[in-house]
Amino acid sequence: MSDNHAPRTASQRIAWITTVVVASLVLVFLMAPILAIMPLSFSSGSYLTYPLPGLSLRWYEDFLNSPRWVSSLKNSVIIGVASTILSMVLGTLASLGLAQWKSKFKPLVLAIVLSPVVVPGVITAVGLYFFFAPLGLTGSYAGLILAHTALSTPFVVITVSATLQSFDMNLARAAASLGASPLYAFRRVILPLILPGLASGALFAFATSFDEVVVVLFMAGPEQRTLPREMFSGIRENISPTITAAAVILTTISVILLATLEALRRRNERLKGNLR
Amino acid sequence: MTAAFVAGADASSEVPLKRRLKRAERTRRLKALALILPLLLFLLFTFLGPIAGMLWRSVDDWEVRQVLPHTVAALADWDGKDVPGEPAFAALAGDIRTARDAGTVAIASKRLNYALNGFRTIMAGTARNLKTLPEPGTAKDTLIGINPAWGERATWAAIKGASGPLTSFYLLGALDLTRNVDGAIVAAPEEQAIYRDVFGRTFTISFGVTALCLILGFPVAYMLATLPTGQSNLLMIFVLLPFWTSLLVRTCAWIVVLQSEGIVNDSLRWIGLIDEPLRLIYNRFGVYVAMTHVLLPFMILPLYSSMRSISPAYMRAAASLGASPVTAFLRIYLPQTVPGIGAGSLLVFILAIGYYITPALVGGAADQMISYFIAFYTTETVNWGLASALGAVLLLATLLLAVVYGKLVHGQQVTGGMKN
Repeated sequence: MSDNHAPRTASQRIAWITTVVVASLVLVFLMAPILAIMPLSFSSGSYLTYPLPGLSLRWYEDFLNSPRWVSSLKNSVIIGVASTILSMVLGTLASLGLAQWKSKFKPLVLAIVLSPVVVPGVITAVGLYFFFAPLGLTGSYAGLILAHTALSTPFVVITVSATLQSFDMNLARAAASLGASPLYAFRRVILPLILPGLASGALFAFATSFDEVVVVLFMAGPEQRTLPREMFSGIRENISPTITAAAVILTTISVILLATLEALRRRNERLKGNLR
Repeated sequence: MTAAFVAGADASSEVPLKRRLKRAERTRRLKALALILPLLLFLLFTFLGPIAGMLWRSVDDWEVRQVLPHTVAALADWDGKDVPGEPAFAALAGDIRTARDAGTVAIASKRLNYALNGFRTIMAGTARNLKTLPEPGTAKDTLIGINPAWGERATWAAIKGASGPLTSFYLLGALDLTRNVDGAIVAAPEEQAIYRDVFGRTFTISFGVTALCLILGFPVAYMLATLPTGQSNLLMIFVLLPFWTSLLVRTCAWIVVLQSEGIVNDSLRWIGLIDEPLRLIYNRFGVYVAMTHVLLPFMILPLYSSMRSISPAYMRAAASLGASPVTAFLRIYLPQTVPGIGAGSLLVFILAIGYYITPALVGGAADQMISYFIAFYTTETVNWGLASALGAVLLLATLLLAVVYGKLVHGQQVTGGMKN
């Protein structure tokens, strides 16, 4: 690849160097704010400025000693895990169905299933607020879990469908011809092969719920405030170093999710490479 | 004869097989549908239903109909040319008395106040001063005596306009339109006409952010697509990590970096470029910076994947045919990235017009986009009809763009398939 694009003439070289310089600056722009905020959380002072007066973990202690922050982290995990499980069940079933469903309505159904990604968060949130309030589902864990499930399922369907597309259905047929029941074939043949795809879907679903804030703003009562919701009001009032500690905790979780996803992708590519 | 015989023989041996096939096909289809159905039903309850409910609220007009039922009935045949007759006044007096006892006057007067400024005062005063039901035949004089506004056509037109059951009032309002006394659609009074500005601002900011993302994203995508896989995978972390970092963290980070005591202002002062801190946040500049940062990966990733699929052989061929690098880039390379540019730009634009959190946190009062007003009318002023109407307009814009996006991406997949 690189050889083919290698600059040949002087003007090409200048163009390439310019591209690299500009692109690198943009990459710095993307990373800089996240890198800039991290050290501030380890500051021993309470001002969000450099140079740091000294290093300390006091803001992390502050975070862990604050019932508000800890319960919001707990809420995020509870709602995230519950909506991930629910969206995995619904999304995987639907992906399996969509993979073998041939109909002229398929594009329509697919559009409906994927629409929660496209529709602006405020519209979903306002609609849910009107719809769930008379049912007593606002200000409840159940309401938030249902809402987050609706928002995460499209990502499960996209990821699992992509995995199923590369799955060789002949394997399922072979299992059936050897006498396996459909359920047994699914459990012993299909499931192990699509498991990495399912794992990616689950990560996407969890990340979606874990990062969601607009629906939470409208629907959560004081009991269900999540970590992003707590950060939202924190940023509105006054950014304290505790928020930067919360930001670092959130970012660490994102990095773990991303690294796991990347590992899954690499494993998948390696497997594909071996097959070829 | 022979033909009929052959056909008959065919039929006897084939029909059961055909039927069996059809039946197998049908069971398969039903099984597939049974797998999809749970999700569809779930989305009906958690997504489609709520959105349909919101759309319904944008045309639903129940308050006046419920609180002043007899008035609404009495006005059904009113031609609007002159102040209605005694029966309408009698009905209104009766309705107001009943509503006062039921404590529902405020529900109707809130709705009527949207239609005619000051109606709340008229209603409250009338409800307060109408001690007893007027004698038959004196309702008109009594009400006009309490408030001369009842003798004006506009007051009655407001009630008639709000009679429901359906109304175009909120949807027209969302487009800065209203109906005048004669029911014709006209421009809304200037102090109420703010939504075209809001939509205009939303589109301006979204367009600006999309353009910035394209300008900044193009070189990055080009570099990533050109570098050897190992290096580009490594640099991809610079795109993916921000992409995966919480929106709140990124917005918070920009506030920390750009505030008057922030890193940028401190460095500029230290260099000696400025004496006073620049105002970089809580204004339009901050909105552009933070939104571009948030949406840039959505531009880079589609661009990157479209550039990856461009064979370098084309560029070499162009060069060997004597094209200058600039010509080759403009005539050969750029056109092939158009699907990627289209997909990335549409995606960023669609996401930008619905943005709420980032402008709410880093923008000033004059930088709030349409989502802010939807949220504001939902939770602050509780004007749900207007919130829903603004939501309906935003939803329509989003869906139209999404359909274009779907066609574009779909087309791309088709051409991608043809290439292989």
